[in-house]
Amino acid sequence: MSGRAFVFGDNIDTDVMAPGYLMKLPPEELASHCLSAIDPDFARTVQPGDFVVGGQSFGIGSSREQAAVSLKLLGVKAVIARSFARIFWRNAINLGLVCITLDEARHIAADDRLSLDLQVGTLFNHTQDTRYSFAPLPGHLTGMIADGGLIPHLKKRLAAKGEHA
Amino acid sequence: MTLVEKIIARAAGRSSVRAGEIVTVDIDLAFAHDSSGPRRWAPMLEELGVGLWDPDRVAIVSDHYVPAVDAESASILKFTRDFAAAHGVKNFFDMVGICHLVLPEHGLIRPGAVIAGGDSHTPMAGAFGTYAAGYGATDMAAIVATGRTWLSVPKTIRIEWRGAFADGVAAKDVMLFLCRELGLDNAFKAVEYAGPTVEAMGMAERLVLCNMAAELGCETGVVAPDAVTFDYLREIGAPVEDEAGALALASDADARYAARHTFDASALEPQIAAPHSPDRTLPVSGHQGVKIDQAYIGACVGAKIEDLRMAARVLKGRKVAPGTRLLIAPASARTTTEASADGTLHALTQAGAILLPSGCGACAGMGAGLLAEGETCISSTNRNFKGRMGAKSANVYLGSPYSVAAAAVAGHITDPRAMLEGVAP
Repeated sequence: MSGRAFVFGDNIDTDVMAPGYLMKLPPEELASHCLSAIDPDFARTVQPGDFVVGGQSFGIGSSREQAAVSLKLLGVKAVIARSFARIFWRNAINLGLVCITLDEARHIAADDRLSLDLQVGTLFNHTQDTRYSFAPLPGHLTGMIADGGLIPHLKKRLAAKGEHA
Repeated sequence: MTLVEKIIARAAGRSSVRAGEIVTVDIDLAFAHDSSGPRRWAPMLEELGVGLWDPDRVAIVSDHYVPAVDAESASILKFTRDFAAAHGVKNFFDMVGICHLVLPEHGLIRPGAVIAGGDSHTPMAGAFGTYAAGYGATDMAAIVATGRTWLSVPKTIRIEWRGAFADGVAAKDVMLFLCRELGLDNAFKAVEYAGPTVEAMGMAERLVLCNMAAELGCETGVVAPDAVTFDYLREIGAPVEDEAGALALASDADARYAARHTFDASALEPQIAAPHSPDRTLPVSGHQGVKIDQAYIGACVGAKIEDLRMAARVLKGRKVAPGTRLLIAPASARTTTEASADGTLHALTQAGAILLPSGCGACAGMGAGLLAEGETCISSTNRNFKGRMGAKSANVYLGSPYSVAAAAVAGHITDPRAMLEGVAP
């Protein structure tokens, strides 16, 4: 299964993914405005399984998790960027939205067809016939991803330990 | 070790840590606001089947949807209020200002603490010598449920400033300059501010440096605790018991840094960031004459009493230019009280400024003062991303309170130093 690349530049901030003045909206409605300030057609044309490709500091700005929530609700398969802003990266991982740090993201062009193998750690660019390798997630986070994100992971841990919070 | 490594080591129960290590830390204070806090936490805590790990170490501040302007924001504020009451949160601050200023005003920010905040400008607390980092709602829900989180010990960038600022230049200019110099791509790093210029700064200016560590992309910004820190805390009735211990948090002489930079404060001119990113900064002369529709003094970083006094120095005896509006949202209720007592408010309103409620306001794109399509604003806030302060096609320039006030008087961006000649500090 391959998806289409939607390519954005450096410093894609959380305000353009989840504008403050719309934060009262239910998540699905907020998602329909995701990135509209820089690409009015994005939310309407992105399909489940597609990819968002950024440059440096993807997700810079506010801590608002709705930036990652919106991409996930739109069915984005993974965000690929040269670097991520820390809070966005943590938010995405906590929610199970895949983030791949890849310097070669700069070679990916709009509408390239991509497919992802998370187990092996490779991204294949069908359009350019190129394979990119990326570093696996830090070990302490793979269990969390396998459990479906931070809250399900914590729930499991609390139940296992009988831990009181 | 660096200051940040020392704080993290203590919270991780270790004698030392090194940048890059992943550790679990105990949280000293967790906080969030009405937008990122209870309304997001409640369903997750319910799913986990737990309450708050320690209601005395959780603070909640309603500052984003204040005061309510419609039924939805009223309902968010009510939810926040009810949550705080139901969970026994004593440190609940309802519409008394912005979290990043209200918490230090109430003595809750203590040197050496590890602080987790549900807002990206949490690093502001680093001005007291804390490790303070911002988290999203799910991270915060887990933190308030367990009192712990993981982190990768950040590398520290050390930035030293020497020399004295020219009149009309402020910490805000330092940060806009650094956004251009260092860029925004500094994730998983801390920034430490030091040197004679920083040592000579009061807490208000140090708060500005640490607040905008967020704009550098850093996870925290810090200033080592010193006599200035202790004096601030004594004055608000929260003295530090172990001053020697707090002083010992300062980075060791042999600490390892990712980078070190030294800058000359006396050479710094007022700085202005152009739309739509804080790193698009030039000295004010580079934007001279840009016509503005709105000047906005607000936000955690730019509407403290000291900021309002900077604006008042420019505005006293002058008028806001016809066709331009100046909006001022003091950062806290205490700010308004102080500004009222010392004549600052009078100087501002006499000049034609409109006073808005304390809170995050237009900075967060939620409160009064949003922009129409195509409008241009100069703002004392910390970020100017596209569409953040209202319409997508609006343009927001960032500057110090001096620069914002000067632009309000002129009707266009101009060097504030010219308006300060002969004006007493």
